Amino acid sequence: MPSTEKFAAWPPLASAAVCLLASTFLLLGAPVEKLISIYSNVANYSLPVLTRGGTDYVGLLETLEPLGAVNARASGSHWKIRYNNVEAEFVSGKARARIQGGDLDLPADFLLEKGRGLVPLASLNTLLPRFLGGPVTLRESARRLFIGDVAVHFTAQVSQTNPPRLVMHFTSPVNPTIATESGKLRMLFTHEPLVAPGSQTLTFDSKTIPSASYQENNGAVEVVVNGTVPLMASFADDGRTINIGPPPSALATPSAPANNPPASSPVLLGTTSAPPASRYFAVVDASHGGDERGAALSDQLAEKDVTLAFARRLRQELEARGLTTLVLRDGDLTLSPDQRAGITNSAHPAIYLCLHAASQGRGVRLFTALVPPAPENLGPFIAWDAAQAEFQAISRAAQASLAAELQSRQVTVRSLSAPLRPLNNVMAAAVAVELGPPSDDISELNSAAYQQLVASAIAAGLGNVRDKLEAGR
Amino acid sequence: MIPRHFLIAVAVMLAVALGASLYIRGMRGRAHNLAAAAGSSGPVSPPVSGPTEQVTLYVAYDDAGVLRPQTARIPLPAGRQERAQQVLRSLLNIYLDKPSPHPLGAGSDVRDTYLVDPGLAVIDLNAAFADGHRSGVLVEELTVASLVQTLSANIPGITRIKILVDGKERDTLAGHADLSGFFQASAMSQIAAQLATAP
Repeated sequence: MPSTEKFAAWPPLASAAVCLLASTFLLLGAPVEKLISIYSNVANYSLPVLTRGGTDYVGLLETLEPLGAVNARASGSHWKIRYNNVEAEFVSGKARARIQGGDLDLPADFLLEKGRGLVPLASLNTLLPRFLGGPVTLRESARRLFIGDVAVHFTAQVSQTNPPRLVMHFTSPVNPTIATESGKLRMLFTHEPLVAPGSQTLTFDSKTIPSASYQENNGAVEVVVNGTVPLMASFADDGRTINIGPPPSALATPSAPANNPPASSPVLLGTTSAPPASRYFAVVDASHGGDERGAALSDQLAEKDVTLAFARRLRQELEARGLTTLVLRDGDLTLSPDQRAGITNSAHPAIYLCLHAASQGRGVRLFTALVPPAPENLGPFIAWDAAQAEFQAISRAAQASLAAELQSRQVTVRSLSAPLRPLNNVMAAAVAVELGPPSDDISELNSAAYQQLVASAIAAGLGNVRDKLEAGR
Repeated sequence: MIPRHFLIAVAVMLAVALGASLYIRGMRGRAHNLAAAAGSSGPVSPPVSGPTEQVTLYVAYDDAGVLRPQTARIPLPAGRQERAQQVLRSLLNIYLDKPSPHPLGAGSDVRDTYLVDPGLAVIDLNAAFADGHRSGVLVEELTVASLVQTLSANIPGITRIKILVDGKERDTLAGHADLSGFFQASAMSQIAAQLATAP
């Protein structure tokens, strides 16, 4: 090769190397996004925290939006917000706000950025009770906000069995992300209002599991269990109990790696590297709840109770297959279709399953959305009522897979479309499941065996199209 | 002796009292008639008579969970809007009969049907229809598809249908079927086709 040609290849190579190095440094140096987690009886959610002039700020509209009807309007430097019946006015660059005719001093100036009202994070403790009419507790350093009495408490005790197991009991179901490393099992609680037991460090009278620690930071709680052998976790009691202990192989051969639990073990959860904290494979939505009972299936049986029990069973089945699942209504809460869709779209799942129950008909009905035609020329925006439009093909693929699995287990199944919210507002594959009784006996809707059969078929059906659903995210 | 102006005043007062009694009696009679009409559990009888025409009603059958076309001959008025109303009333008569293939709550009725825009039909159901409707995704969908498909099959030119309850928008029929938007006749035809076959 002539020498000039040889050197001609250098500039592109050098540029590529410089770009690669620059990207590596940028990625390594990328700051972790600051978040605040907000827990309430209505919804648990996280919001980004912005730093302006060394002070942490949060969007007030976004903070209140999941909690009730809210709207805001900017006019020059003034910003007015209305939450339910409470009106407030803020002025950009001023620390004094006016709420329901009274003044409130913020710890730093209110900011208005592109029509978005930002309040100092530290002000939420005094600001939100004026809107919500009840107490809130802000843990500012950890960026965790508790609205009302929503805290989830836990106890931890090592059982005197062979092998010993750490049994953690929670006051409400939990669903942490779990990861293991040599001698440690880490549980990250991003959506649960978990609070510390008496001490942040727990010590146990056990050589296998000597201690555990509790730490909260950036809107999440991390509980680390220390062990002298590899540890793995299993869930029980619908997510209210986590049992942590060594797998049988670890006891026999202590040097064995902690990863790869036996696939046949249905309750063992991933002990390999943790999945991304905010990414759920499935969002399972127990329809109705709270004031909204749904159908009266019988004198004693309300639809909201059947859907909740079924949702919890389905979560167990999905997680047993390694499909991380968020149960959207994991208690007796009233949630609007908009709130359900909002939480689902924020979680970016591969699939949204909305569960219903009915006394009419036999077997299971699977519904995809009836999506109205989207209005034209919305620019970068997506029509809320037609958000499902681009996911309809993948929704139908999931519906077909579920139907095939249910049929293979001799469950009567039917595939339809329906005008059923919030299916058409969800930006992911979305299928509604209406559980009908297997026979004339409507009480069988609530039978564990029937629900287990259907849940198992649905989980298997989703497992069959997992790759397709993941690709469709 | 009683003064004359006092006698005149008493006579006027008596006349006013008598007039008021007659008026109140008349009002009570009207109120009674209205209450009796409101207590009726069936839809109002067709006001038309004369030659009949063939229509296709899409009838929901709960036992199989299907929607089946069924022809019927009914007297139809000349006006498009009145015809729409009459076709829906005929459908409701089937549901309110006993035994019913798809029972509706007592007093269910279509208050009015409007053809307000080229292609747009508005069905205004009464409160008893929605309040007494059974709750469930499939059972509500059968009702909505039956109404929409029956209307669009018999009144040419309807492309969109809106369902109101007591003249107002309502989120759902009975907790499931979304009534907040417009139903596209073409999309509902596809749903009717899905609902035509039993599992």
